[in-house]
Amino acid sequence: MIIEAQQEIIEEFALFDDWMDKYEHLIGLGKTLPLIDPQFKTDQYIIKGCQSKVWLRAEQQDGRVYFWADSDAIITKGIVSVLIRAFSGLSAQDIVNAPTDFIKEIGLNDHLSPTRANGLVSMIKQMKLYATAFAAQNNA
Amino acid sequence: MGFAIDKIRADFPILLRQVHNKPLIYFDNAATSQKPQQVIDALVHYYTYQNANIHRGVHALSQEATDAYERARDLVKTFFNARLREEIIFTAGTTHSINLVAHGFRSWLQPKDEIIVGQAEHHSNIVPWQMACALTGAVLKVLPIDENGQLQLETLKSLLGPQTKLVVVNHVSNALGTINPIETIIEMAHGHGVQVLVDGAQASSHISVDVQALDVDYYITSAHKMCGPTGVGMLYGKKELLEALPPYQGGGEMIKEVYFEGTTYAGLPHKFEAGTPNIAGGIGFGAAIEYLNTIGLEEIAAYEHELLMHATQGLKQIEGLKIYGDITHKTAVVSFNIGQLHPYDVGTLLDRMGIAVRTGQHCTQPVMDFYGIPGTVRASFAFYNTKEEIDIMIKGVQRAVNMLQ
Ligand SMILES: Cc1ncc(COP(=O)(O)O)c(C=O)c1O
Repeated sequence: MIIEAQQEIIEEFALFDDWMDKYEHLIGLGKTLPLIDPQFKTDQYIIKGCQSKVWLRAEQQDGRVYFWADSDAIITKGIVSVLIRAFSGLSAQDIVNAPTDFIKEIGLNDHLSPTRANGLVSMIKQMKLYATAFAAQNNA
Repeated sequence: MGFAIDKIRADFPILLRQVHNKPLIYFDNAATSQKPQQVIDALVHYYTYQNANIHRGVHALSQEATDAYERARDLVKTFFNARLREEIIFTAGTTHSINLVAHGFRSWLQPKDEIIVGQAEHHSNIVPWQMACALTGAVLKVLPIDENGQLQLETLKSLLGPQTKLVVVNHVSNALGTINPIETIIEMAHGHGVQVLVDGAQASSHISVDVQALDVDYYITSAHKMCGPTGVGMLYGKKELLEALPPYQGGGEMIKEVYFEGTTYAGLPHKFEAGTPNIAGGIGFGAAIEYLNTIGLEEIAAYEHELLMHATQGLKQIEGLKIYGDITHKTAVVSFNIGQLHPYDVGTLLDRMGIAVRTGQHCTQPVMDFYGIPGTVRASFAFYNTKEEIDIMIKGVQRAVNMLQ
């Protein structure tokens, strides 16, 4: 299940060999992002380490974790959208354990500037932090 | 005779590079300039043939290195037309220079004293003064800008008073490129017996500066913004002011005699140059100035102004594009946004096209807050850029806009 969602994304991005098309796809994905409720667009939900702003929120329902997010930059929205597709709907423990090398495989790491890549790292870290907290709750 | 652009470009080896398989177009010159072969050679020559510590050895190598380093000081002195060579302090750069002066002012400031600071300053020219104020009870007063990014001199008149101890302002804004009327500001401040510190980081390789004619009290810059190496810069200060200013760092070189009962300090400029300095950097700084001199600042300024006009005109054809600080009296910097597009999106796509611009707040958060924007895309040009490169950027911006909208 974890690997399936990631494999799907990898294959999708492999369709494009031109960077321009990849970015166009990424921009398109940004439009499918499950948007965070505006009331949560506060400092509490903001992710540091991005030049653009990212707000991210998670909830656990019936043993699965779901994410909502938003960003003021379109490309960043696309990136969050990819991450959410990879992680949303998994169990907290699965998210904690999930590998993240698919990001390299779709070329996001390579193709994004270093500061942006740092933003990417912060986003993954934040998602895993949410999952870790839910997993701890579940085990308590 | 025209501007020998091809010959000049050949001096900058990095311009031959490719980025993402595209020829590099470097429009981030306000962040740091590229280095001509002459400067690179000076660094290599120093480390290859002259490396020695300076001001201490009796041996030949040390003497040679000292001579080369002190010659660089003379070049800087002449470039800024300082009266005396000891008025030129070598520092690690603009930030270091400002901190040096701000640290000294900590001994002078009293509670309720005021420092007037421009609204469009780089964080480097804000934070050291906030720190000095926090320690002394002095207060920062902001000299506001108008919608075009120009300082409101009328307000300066009302801010200046007996409580004012210092005015700190940039010569050119790094966020917008605006050239500030520092002549007038200095005159107004001096009318109240108030000293003026000018952050010249964005001016030095674009505008010819005569510190004596300006009668400026402190003038500051970084070598890396003017084709020189990173990690070196200068503080110019009037001799009598620098003599009075308490030393910043203690250590070797800056002392006359050291006893455990007390130490006496060396004279200028060594009083402010504790420790082994950036010798190679200083020599490279000198080489950069020699290089700029061979082209001539007047010629550079005229050529860069043409680039600015060309870029401004072209960019304005793009629907929804707004330039911040849209005036003509500025250096070759265009800071812009397109509609609601995030500067980061535009910058990321331009990068993929081989075009290096800066995006974000440019270390000037108060300016971005003033305009109510998260940042801008900033294209800053240098004398080794061309109109053809600008045309490619304009097409690139249009392409990015099409993708993002
Ligand atoms: C106006 C201005 N002041 C200060 C600085 C800081 O210079 P440095 O980083 O070389 O110390 C810069 C450079 O970004 C600048 O543009």
